[in-house]
Amino acid sequence: MSDPSYEIVIGLEVHVQLQTATKLFCRCSTRFGAPPNTQTCPVCIGLPGSLPVMNRQAFALALKTAVALNCQIPGFTKWDRKQYYYPDLPKGYQISQFDLPMSQHGYLEINDAKGAFAPKRVGILRAHLEEDAGKSMHDELAGKADSRIDLNRTGTPLLEIVSQPDMRSPQEARAYLTELKLLLTYLGVSDCNMQEGSLRVDANINLHVATSQGTVATPIVEVKNMNSFRAVERAMAFEATRQFDVWKDTRIALGAPGGHKTTRGWDEQAQMTRPQRQKEESSDYRYFPDPDLAPVIVTDQQLDAVRADLGELPAALRTRLQTEWGIDAYDADVIVNQGRAFVDYFLALANISGDAKRASNWMQQDVLRVLNERALTIDLFPVSSTSLAQLLKTVQQGELDTSRARDVFNAMAESGDSMPQAMQSLGIQAVHGDELADLCRELLEANPSVVADVQAGKDKAIGALIGQAKRRNPNANPNQVRQLCLELIREQGSAQE
Amino acid sequence: MESMSIHELTATELIQRLESGDLTSVEVVRSFLDRIEQFDEKVQAFLRVESQRALSDAERIDQRRRGGDPVGRLAGLPVAVKDVICTEGQPTTCASRMLQHFTPPYDATVIRRLKQADAILIGKTNMDEFAMGGTTESSTLATTCNPWDLQRVPGGSSGGAAACLAAGMAPLSIGSDTGGSIRQPASFCGVHGLKPTYGLVSRYGLIAFASSLDQIGPLARNAEDLALLLEVLAGHDPSDSTSANLPVPEYSQLVSQPLDGLTLGVVREHFGEGLDSEVQAAVREALRVYESLGATVKDISLPHSRYAIATYYIIACCEASSNLARYDGVHYGYRTDEAAMLADLVAEQRALASRGEATALDDIDSPLVRMYRQTRSEGFGAEVKRRIMLGTYALSHGYYDAYYVKALKVRRLIRNDFDAAFREVDLIAGPVAPTPAYRLGEKTEDPLAMYLGDLYTVSANLAGICALSVPCGLSSDGLPIGLQLQGPPLDEQRLLRAARMYQAVTDWHTRRPEGF
Amino acid sequence: MSLTRQQIVKVSLLARLRLRDDELDRMTDQLDQVVSYMDLLAEVDTEDVEPMAHAVEQTNVFAEDRELPSLDREAALSNSPKRDEQCYRVPAVLGD
Repeated sequence: MSDPSYEIVIGLEVHVQLQTATKLFCRCSTRFGAPPNTQTCPVCIGLPGSLPVMNRQAFALALKTAVALNCQIPGFTKWDRKQYYYPDLPKGYQISQFDLPMSQHGYLEINDAKGAFAPKRVGILRAHLEEDAGKSMHDELAGKADSRIDLNRTGTPLLEIVSQPDMRSPQEARAYLTELKLLLTYLGVSDCNMQEGSLRVDANINLHVATSQGTVATPIVEVKNMNSFRAVERAMAFEATRQFDVWKDTRIALGAPGGHKTTRGWDEQAQMTRPQRQKEESSDYRYFPDPDLAPVIVTDQQLDAVRADLGELPAALRTRLQTEWGIDAYDADVIVNQGRAFVDYFLALANISGDAKRASNWMQQDVLRVLNERALTIDLFPVSSTSLAQLLKTVQQGELDTSRARDVFNAMAESGDSMPQAMQSLGIQAVHGDELADLCRELLEANPSVVADVQAGKDKAIGALIGQAKRRNPNANPNQVRQLCLELIREQGSAQE
Repeated sequence: MESMSIHELTATELIQRLESGDLTSVEVVRSFLDRIEQFDEKVQAFLRVESQRALSDAERIDQRRRGGDPVGRLAGLPVAVKDVICTEGQPTTCASRMLQHFTPPYDATVIRRLKQADAILIGKTNMDEFAMGGTTESSTLATTCNPWDLQRVPGGSSGGAAACLAAGMAPLSIGSDTGGSIRQPASFCGVHGLKPTYGLVSRYGLIAFASSLDQIGPLARNAEDLALLLEVLAGHDPSDSTSANLPVPEYSQLVSQPLDGLTLGVVREHFGEGLDSEVQAAVREALRVYESLGATVKDISLPHSRYAIATYYIIACCEASSNLARYDGVHYGYRTDEAAMLADLVAEQRALASRGEATALDDIDSPLVRMYRQTRSEGFGAEVKRRIMLGTYALSHGYYDAYYVKALKVRRLIRNDFDAAFREVDLIAGPVAPTPAYRLGEKTEDPLAMYLGDLYTVSANLAGICALSVPCGLSSDGLPIGLQLQGPPLDEQRLLRAARMYQAVTDWHTRRPEGF
Repeated sequence: MSLTRQQIVKVSLLARLRLRDDELDRMTDQLDQVVSYMDLLAEVDTEDVEPMAHAVEQTNVFAEDRELPSLDREAALSNSPKRDEQCYRVPAVLGD
């Protein structure tokens, strides 16, 4: 990648299942994981005579996403039939959008908080609403035996988001996917679960090679079967190297004989791409407008309503955390990337505790650690923002040192107890200012030599008192004991003068 | 009342007698079942007759009526259903080998409406395979004959629907019309048939031929019965995105009101070459009848009508090629004998290998693709395959704009012609078909000649307007001739009233084929 | 435009039909005749004419996103020419 003699060019096609209760053209459930062929009806099986009716919510979610992706929304959009034969496509065509998609020409901004690449806009070519196919299952062991077809997924609403070939490195591709997923999650339009297939990625990649005759583009390769964002990143890195090797060998450019687009699949186990079979006539999809569906007209008023209803999106939130709460860019990025609920928790915590910096640190270190350890989401985190804010305040006021506070926090996270309950069960008590002052006075009276040393300029002598203070009251905050003793000695000194 | 004459009563009369208690539904149903028993061996209008079910349904209606329970509009009246409309738990075949053993798990919306009206579904009628044809000869399951001359076709594609009425085997029937498939057989069989405005009757459960052209409609033996059945069939259906969301007029009340100051347009282009002189004479005579009733007849032009056939067959075949893609032997319907297919495939691979041809069979000839191709080639008849091929070709890369898009544009011009015409006239009158019924086998080998026979009917489907066929004469061979009336969108009531006016002063609708 | 037998072979694959040699010959003749007739449309001036894909111009027809019962699995699979307890069965899908 760092080879200066070529540039990587990547475009991504992302299919996202929209989070509707029912399918795009019928009212069967979209729940994942049901036994095969238990969520179908005449419409999604494509039984003769059945007809599709568009799901209002699916269109609304698609529109919301398109607007959030800064797309242009044409006033008129329609659905077309994309025709091909496959056993998991029961009508012999997929209802999709061809020449008049519901949105086009948008962009998504990507950035790397650590500065791995410069911030950029990745163009969105189009985003359109279509139906999913079913699943073909083939038992490899059974050799030439039958494939089995499950149509539960058939007809689930999908938004296909096609980017421009604007990404220039595997990292950028991954950042685009991460940012896109974050946006979709903020919008609440998809659960983006790659394991369950709610988010699927295909990539187109080729190289622009610098030669003495100028820049030459290598043949485009479509890469499929990537099951995680990390796999996308690795597949892109692998492909770039492979394509450059092929180029050095063959010098075949895009569009030259043998330079047509090919398809390869990512082999996760072998960490490499392998060629996939192509169907010669498969590109003739014979699209034509679906006569069973009415086109959709979107008015400016509708778009205004969608915009007004978008809520605060990740990019805007990052800025706000920095400007309104004084969090630095990196921290804002970490918090925002955890999702809207995490941000809301942070905002509540910062607001109640009045200390955004401390709130940010605790969320990133302690809260995230517990969430990761226990594979929880913030909604299920047992400590409320109010409780945690109380703990932070106690720390801030010096009534509890950070290490004790962490014990209290862990106990709260473990049991779901409030701060006082947790402290009680740990035998920890907050030490209030008056109490601590009394303790310090007693210590100074009992240790005149320490007082004398300090007055002589040896502040370090205080150290001897801290151990004693801890023995008398284990909850005493060492820093505060030090501060308070020094202040008391100075007061004494100035009183004597 | 003696059962012999029951079949001669109109549906409207039968309902009156059922309501008054003069007749029971069991008597009515039994009478029609007897007629079917007696005549359908000759006519073969029905693919299936549901005798037991019809009788038990009739008995239940009679009981409800006796008990004073409210009953529906068509309570106890038999209705025959074209076998292109899905009936839950009863085979629905489209007269095709492909769907010979297909039993839908759901009812079409019109079937639900008929059931809600307490109609008795007496059986499913024969048709051209997948409604593609104008003779009912492309049915792979039966050959329906025209009751007026058993050597002749009943027309099509709703041939069984029209023939069963002509032979007095049902008082009402429903068909589907994509390019004339209700009107032309109605004309050939001397009955009434109406193609409603696109969207007036739900298509949900109608097995699609060409989705933007298909409409379900009623066939009957007079205008009142037609109005009554349309009233039951019509209405908004949320399961059909193309269904019109409008209240349904009370056609059965409106039908008897004559029209004052009716202006009929006569299309210049419809009286040219190819029109049989007897048909022309009968239609001209019908126009004189209208004039005698105070109507004005006006010469009009539909300048793009000469392009209607080409436009229609491109659009219809394109849509059909897509609609029929689902018949692939996977989820329902016919599948080729897999063992034999695989054995052939292996043998072919061996033969290729022994000739040293390395190209072997690629995935184009994988077992799956071979299964698709063989299933479809065996499951569909010649005419269906022709239309699938034509549509696939016209939608394929490089031809789409020249054929499909071009046809959609001409379609708009055809619609514009109608809009202009209906600014000048109330209805358009003319022939339904260029000739009376053909002889069996006369047209099967010349597809283009057969397509040209749809010249007068396809425009209404392209434009989405309503049209009906009324019996208006008999040829010298004693074959029925139909008059077509076409009206602006959603103006069915005017069509029906005009048909009723004509019927009130003529007796063509009362003529019955000899021997029936 | 005139249709060649080779085009018909290609279209028959797209349409997933398998035609015998004699069928291919007949199909070529018949479709060539029909397609030639359809070339009649070329003479119509359709400049600035909007294509008319639907018979009635309706827009924005939606259904609410409320679940309704699905078909019983047995009812869904009952018409399948080849199946097991849970699934439709087809000859192996090659390549994937």
